[in-house]
Amino acid sequence: MASISDFPQTPTPRSEPPSALELKLRRRTRVSSTIRYTLLIVVGLIMIYPLIWLIGASFKSNSEIFSSPWFWPKEPSLQGYVEGWKTSTPYTFATFFINSMQIVIPKVIGTAISCTLVAYGFARFEFPGKKILFTILIATLLLPDVVTRIPQYLLFRELGWLDTYLPLFAPAWLAGDAFFVFMIIQFLRAIPREMEEAARVDGANTAQTLLFIVVPILRPAIISVCLFQFMWTMNDFLGPLIYISTVEKYPVSLALKLSIDATEAFNWNSILAMTVLALTPSLVVFFMAQKSFIEGISSGGVKG
Amino acid sequence: MAELKLNAVEKTYGNGFKAVHGIDLHVAEGEFMVLVGPSGCAKSTTLRMIAGLETITGGEVRIGDQVVNDLVPGKRGIAMVFQNYALYPHMKVRQNLSFGLRLKRKPKEQIERSTAEVSGVLEIEELLDRLPKQLSGGQAQRVAVGRALIKQPEVFLFDEPLSNLDAKLRASMRVRITDLHKRLRNEGRPATVVYVTHDQVEAMTMGDRICVMKDGHIMQVADPTTLYDRPANAFVAGFIGMPEMNLVPAVLSGEYGAQTLTLDGQTLTVGPGLAPRLSHGPGPVTLGVRPQHLDLVVADSPDALTGTITNLEFMGHEVNLHAKVGDAVFVCVVPSDQFDRNLQRGDRVGLKPRVEKLHVFDAETGENFSLA
Ligand SMILES: Nc1ncnc2c1ncn2[C@@H]1O[C@H](COP(=O)(O)OP(=O)(O)O)[C@@H](O)[C@H]1O
Ligand SMILES: [Mg+2]
Repeated sequence: MASISDFPQTPTPRSEPPSALELKLRRRTRVSSTIRYTLLIVVGLIMIYPLIWLIGASFKSNSEIFSSPWFWPKEPSLQGYVEGWKTSTPYTFATFFINSMQIVIPKVIGTAISCTLVAYGFARFEFPGKKILFTILIATLLLPDVVTRIPQYLLFRELGWLDTYLPLFAPAWLAGDAFFVFMIIQFLRAIPREMEEAARVDGANTAQTLLFIVVPILRPAIISVCLFQFMWTMNDFLGPLIYISTVEKYPVSLALKLSIDATEAFNWNSILAMTVLALTPSLVVFFMAQKSFIEGISSGGVKG
Repeated sequence: MAELKLNAVEKTYGNGFKAVHGIDLHVAEGEFMVLVGPSGCAKSTTLRMIAGLETITGGEVRIGDQVVNDLVPGKRGIAMVFQNYALYPHMKVRQNLSFGLRLKRKPKEQIERSTAEVSGVLEIEELLDRLPKQLSGGQAQRVAVGRALIKQPEVFLFDEPLSNLDAKLRASMRVRITDLHKRLRNEGRPATVVYVTHDQVEAMTMGDRICVMKDGHIMQVADPTTLYDRPANAFVAGFIGMPEMNLVPAVLSGEYGAQTLTLDGQTLTVGPGLAPRLSHGPGPVTLGVRPQHLDLVVADSPDALTGTITNLEFMGHEVNLHAKVGDAVFVCVVPSDQFDRNLQRGDRVGLKPRVEKLHVFDAETGENFSLA
C-alpha cells in the first residue's frame, strides 16, 4: 500500500515559477487536508478522552477526582494502586488476576480447538443431517443469552459444578460459541479447496490436512477468535456472578465490583487504578496479536 | 510407473446430475494421454475420480494391477498438478516440494537429495526459500510440477495446468512439460500422464494420444494425426483443427460409381477419392471439409461450390476467406502468395474441395462414414 509520503507533495522543480492556478490548487489541497486531519484528531480525542481520563484519574487523590475534569493529576501518586491492590478482602488483586486466567486460558484454548474442528466439519464434509445441524447452530446465534441461563444453571447444578470454573469454560470446549464457528466457516468458504486436495494427494489424512494446511491458513481467523474470546471473557460479569460464590475464586470483573460494595466511602482512585489494571491484559493481547491479525488479513488471499 | 485403466467409469453427483456416462479408457505405461473437450464435458470430474478426490459411482479404475476405487488419494500412487497451482501458502517452496515426503517420514538426506534433484530439473533452485506469494505465475507452476515430480508417482495427473498463464509462457511451459516427459522416458523411468485441457493446441502438441470428450462421453481416443485425418464423428472433426472444419448439410444420392453430393442446388461428383471410402448409402449427410482443403477457383467451375465472399481475414502468411454458399458459410484458408489481392467482399468465387480429403458424416448420429 502506498502511504501519503509516496506521492510527491509538489511537482518536480522546474525552471519557471509555478503558475497562479497551480499555486491556488496546491493551497487548496493543503487547506482541505489540514481541515480533514484536524477534524479527525478532534473526534478521535473526544472518543478516547474517557480512557485517558481514567488512566490520569487513577493517579489522582480521591478528592481531586471529582474536582477537575482535566485528566492530568496535580500531585500524581501511586496510592490508588497500592490501596487497590490490597483490596478490602484477605486476598490481593493478584489472586483475582490468577482466577481470571484460570477461566480465560482454558476457555480461549477450548474455543480455538473446538470451533476450528466444528467449522472444518461443516465447511468441508458432507454428512447426514448436516443441514439440520447447521440450522440449529445458526439458530443458537439468534437465541438471547438470558433464555438459556436458568436451564444451564440447573444443568450445572446437577453436575455439581457450582462454585467452580467449569460452567464458565466447559461449554467453550464443545464449540458453544456459535458465532465463532460461523466466523471460521465463512473464512473457510473463501479458501479454495485445492490446497487441501493437494495435501490429500500428498498423502495427508484428514487430521494432518487440518493440522498442517487448514489451521495455518486459518491462522488470522483463529487469532481473531482468540482475541475476541479473551476480551469478552475478561469482561464477563454475569457468568461469574451466577456461578462463583466464594470470594477467593472471584475473577477480576467481580473483584472490581467487590471493592465498590465493601466500603462505605468508596476509594474511587483505587477502583479506577484496578480498572486500569483490569484493562491491561486485553490491551496487551490485542497489540500483540495485531501484527499477525493484520498480516493475515492482507496475505490470506492466494494468487490465481 | 504403471498403466491406467478406466472400465465403464460413471459419476453421478450428489445432486443427481450424471456427469460421466460409463467411459472406458486405457492409458499405457509411460503414455502421455490428453483429455480434451469443451468446458463442462467432465474432464476434471474424470481426472478427480482417478485421483480419488471424487467418489466413483460406477465401474472401476485400475492403476497397475490394482483396483483403486476405494483407496484414498495418498495411497493410489498418483500426483496431481492443479490449475491454480494450490501451493501451500504458508510454506516455503522447499517445504512445499517436500511435504509429501515428510509426511511419509522419509530420511532427511533422501528428502534433501530429491529436493535438490527436482529443483535442478525445473530450474527453481533460487526459489527454494521463497513463499508462494513471492513467485510469478510461471514459477509457481514449475513448483507445482516439482511437487508432483518429487513423489515419483505411478501416474501424473494435470488439470489445465497452463490455463492461468499468458500465451507466451504457456507455449514455453508446454515444451518444458513434454521435454520432461521425454527425458524421464529416456532415463528409463517413463511417466504415465493424464493431462486435462480445453485447448486443442495443447492437446495436439503434447499428447501421445488424445481422448476427446463431450458431455461425459468419450468421442474418440487416437493419436493426434489420426484425430486430425480420420475423425470418428462430426464433433471431433469440428473440435480439432484451426480454423474449424466446415460442416454443412448436404444430400448424398445416386448409385455406387455415379454418386453425387448436393448442397444449395450445386452438385459435387463423388469421385474415386471418396466413393470407395463410403460405408453408407444415399441420404441426408453432413459434409466436412477443412478450410485448408478448399482450393480457390473461378466461379462456376465444375466440381466446385460457388459462393459470395462475406469476409476476408489477412493473417500474414495466409488469408481466411469466408464465403456464403446458400445458407452455409465456408471458411477457406489460402496462402498469401497465392491469393488474388483484387478479390473483395461480394465477389463470386469457386471453392473446390480436395475430394480425397472430404469427410461425410451421418446427418443424425454425426458418425463419420467415409473412413473405410
Ligand atoms: N460437485 C458437483 N456437483 C454437481 N455437479 C457438478 C459438480 N462438479 C461438477 N459438476 C458438473 O459436472 C459437469 C462436468 O464438470 P467438470 O468435470 O468440472 O467439467 P470440465 O472440467 O470438463 O470443464 C459440469 O456440468 C458441472 O456442472
Ligand atoms: Mg475442469
